[in-house]
Amino acid sequence: MVAIRNAPGGTDLALPPRREGPGEGEDTFAKLLRRHALLRGSRPAFRHKDLGIWRTWSWAEVYAQTRALAQGLAALGLSHGDRIAIVGANKPRLYWTMAAAQMLGAIPLPVYADAVADEMAYVLGHAEVSLIVAQDQEQVDKILSIGGRLPNLTRILYDEERGLGDYRDARLGSLEAAIAAGEAALGDPAVGAALDARIEAGRGADPSVILYTSGTTGRSKGVVLSGERCIAAARDTVAFDGLTDRDEVLAYLPLAWVGDHYLNYAQGFVAGFCMACPESADTAPDDLREIGPTFHFAPPRVFEALLTRVMIRMEDAGAIKRAMFRHFLAVAKKWGEKIGNGEPVPLMARAHYALGDVLVYGPLKNVLGFTNVRIAYTAGEAIGADLFAFYRSLGLNLKQLYGQTEAFLYVTAQADGAVRSDAVGPPAPHVELRIAADGEVQFKSPGMFLGYYREPEKTAEALTADGFVKTGDAGYIEPDGQLKIVDRANDVGRLASGQLFAPKYIENKLKFFPNIKEAVAIGQGRDHVVAMLNIELASVGNWAERNNVSYGSYQELAGHPLVYAMIEAHVDEVNRALAGDPAMAGAQIKRFLILPKELEADDGELTRTQKVRRGFIAERYSSLVDGLNDGSAMASISAEITYEDGRKGVLNGSARIVEMTLHPAPSPRRERAA
Amino acid sequence: MSDAGPGEILLSVEEVSLSFGGVKAIRDVSFDIKKGEIRAIIGPNGAGKTSMLNVINGFYHPQRGRIAFRGETRPAMKPHEAAAHGIARTFQNVALFKGMSTLDNIMAGRTLRMKRGLFWQALRHGPALAEEIEHRRFCEGIVDFLEIEAIRKTAVGSLPYGLQKRVELGRALAMEPDLLLLDEPMAGMNLEEKEDMCRFILDVNHQFGATIALIEHDMGVVMDLADRVVVMEYGRKIADGTPDEVKRDKSVIDAYLGVAH
Repeated sequence: MVAIRNAPGGTDLALPPRREGPGEGEDTFAKLLRRHALLRGSRPAFRHKDLGIWRTWSWAEVYAQTRALAQGLAALGLSHGDRIAIVGANKPRLYWTMAAAQMLGAIPLPVYADAVADEMAYVLGHAEVSLIVAQDQEQVDKILSIGGRLPNLTRILYDEERGLGDYRDARLGSLEAAIAAGEAALGDPAVGAALDARIEAGRGADPSVILYTSGTTGRSKGVVLSGERCIAAARDTVAFDGLTDRDEVLAYLPLAWVGDHYLNYAQGFVAGFCMACPESADTAPDDLREIGPTFHFAPPRVFEALLTRVMIRMEDAGAIKRAMFRHFLAVAKKWGEKIGNGEPVPLMARAHYALGDVLVYGPLKNVLGFTNVRIAYTAGEAIGADLFAFYRSLGLNLKQLYGQTEAFLYVTAQADGAVRSDAVGPPAPHVELRIAADGEVQFKSPGMFLGYYREPEKTAEALTADGFVKTGDAGYIEPDGQLKIVDRANDVGRLASGQLFAPKYIENKLKFFPNIKEAVAIGQGRDHVVAMLNIELASVGNWAERNNVSYGSYQELAGHPLVYAMIEAHVDEVNRALAGDPAMAGAQIKRFLILPKELEADDGELTRTQKVRRGFIAERYSSLVDGLNDGSAMASISAEITYEDGRKGVLNGSARIVEMTLHPAPSPRRERAA
Repeated sequence: MSDAGPGEILLSVEEVSLSFGGVKAIRDVSFDIKKGEIRAIIGPNGAGKTSMLNVINGFYHPQRGRIAFRGETRPAMKPHEAAAHGIARTFQNVALFKGMSTLDNIMAGRTLRMKRGLFWQALRHGPALAEEIEHRRFCEGIVDFLEIEAIRKTAVGSLPYGLQKRVELGRALAMEPDLLLLDEPMAGMNLEEKEDMCRFILDVNHQFGATIALIEHDMGVVMDLADRVVVMEYGRKIADGTPDEVKRDKSVIDAYLGVAH
């Protein structure tokens, strides 16, 4: 076993030692909130765009509202150790609900708002929640439909009353009323003092939040995190990236995802910066531009969609603008990253780049909302080198991190100036990282989880005897100390010939093409690698418009011969790249098809964080997989699909199968590989 | 706004006939619309549904028969007079200002409620500004209600059809109508868009308290949505009642499924 303590080469030595000075000893989020209300009471803490106008709440106001809500929740019977579920989008009051629950020592449990009722029933039932705070009618409807399976549920509070006026369920109440009741009760100084005492008595070692994993390989598990560990981890990364109370973020990531709870909530409560909540999920790009955050996170998929959108819009621009865009993009590609990394660059090139900044990069970053971004991260899956370089060359300080819910996010993170696209950085501050004998990445971190909720046997499975967390990912440490993730350890397999087969590696290569949205590579124990693809409707649709290809639906476009030809060229390029890598040359894609249906989280094909559930898909589309393997020219499928409201329907479709010509591996290398 | 209490008759159509030259579009049709209800007018193609709506909002003037709105029999009036009386409508083929943004289209629906003249509005100063802010607030409420925040500043011509329909509903709502006429609000929509639209119509009815008369082709939708249904065929009313009553009506079944003669 290779054990690495912090980073080799002593990169962590540059970090200041952890201070425990005055005002740094808070070990719960409730105490942190109280501290900000005292220290920076008038600084903005939350913003939300409502009815077209940004509203701002200061830390003092948030503290007052949260206290009132805590008192209101206490009056409804919420007490220490109770679980309270939060279902909805990023709304200030839902965040305050988390803090209010934490004031009482109760455990907030954010749930993916787009989960269908059944998924929700499992999580809510497993956690035995007594109280649920739901954003709106849509969520309330879902909860009521599964109410019979939640015996412990006593109250459902909603944030937005619309459409709920004539609901008669006795458990229903409004969040606003709870706040008002709490406010009234706090008029009595004795009640206020009792609440203050509860805040003070909060223990950092107690569970602070339960985050359910998205469940790539099976049922989701409730990851229990403690206040002191959450805060310790957040303190480390706030120092690592130099975040202060002058920073600002747009909180648009799903509440239930560790990324939101960490990057926005925990870091915001530690650093005291402002969290802006978008008007709605659809307006997030506009809200981003209006807010101009200084710290930003987006998964690679989002960066890719942005780039696609920019490119589509540039194709509609006039000839002069297009020429200018192309010219300066080439300049940025050549010099941008070097300038960003502080490498020596000729003066003329610098001047050229500066002109480009005025004419193209600056305005482009402005449109994307990146003008003020000091630090941007991406994580979740591999990011294409070109895509990564594009944003970095524009002058965006985009970095990668690698994390897990069990670590309370950060396991590794790239430092400013030491960024690369194919690795995820050295261990984050105070993280111990090692690669097990079988190649699995294992870690111990300040934010490490306490365990899986009500599943001690699974907790034991996830930990090594000496207390390291097994990530389930295979990887290795590069000479410069950065971690490189290869694949999910369980997914790496071999073809019947014994050839190494890393599905995610191949899928990522495919997904780097803007026209390919999702890819599922299958080959474990088979003769060849085959792939099922989803096209990206935005870019392929735009291409279709330009080329007078008419289509009525995704299904029709996906089956179009010209689309097939285009995708075939992409697959061929991937094969060529695979052929050039001696370890992978035998794992080229032999046959592929374009799925007649988009993969959907509602159908269980993707996780709520949009990751492919390979096993499930292989089973569900087994008729297609069989077709791919037995060499037939067509395969058909009838699959159950779920509409947005949860009703089911059946989709019948067929897909053409394309046989690829494989590239020969370069002969000298093949000998070496063999 | 309206003097009629809940359940009272808001509008009644009495023995109305309308013809274009030799074509009889509507023959001797009578029915009423009660305050607060969702009233559907259904029927096969060419049954005279849209003509009926056009008669109600004053676009067509019937040769025979009367229309009483809030108990008053109306003389032949023009659509803008109907609008001023509190009747708003949407169209079968979306009729929006395509080059204007969603918000501007909805603001256009407030025109009748603006008191300042063109001069002050052009200056956008003083009382005109205060008035605009007040109307903008109202329109933002509609934008929020219809969940079209993301397209607030998008030119409606570039929006998908389902969204254009929603914007059109928004513009009609901006008038704060007593009676809202919807001409095939769900035509050309896919299932999900239809369901969204159904929810909006129900919410409009509940929350804005608007009385709604709608034309719809999709029987399933109508049966779920409407309180009472008028069925027309070849310009005649062939049935009138609750969805259940209408569904069992022999002549309705014949009209929809065809009958062997």
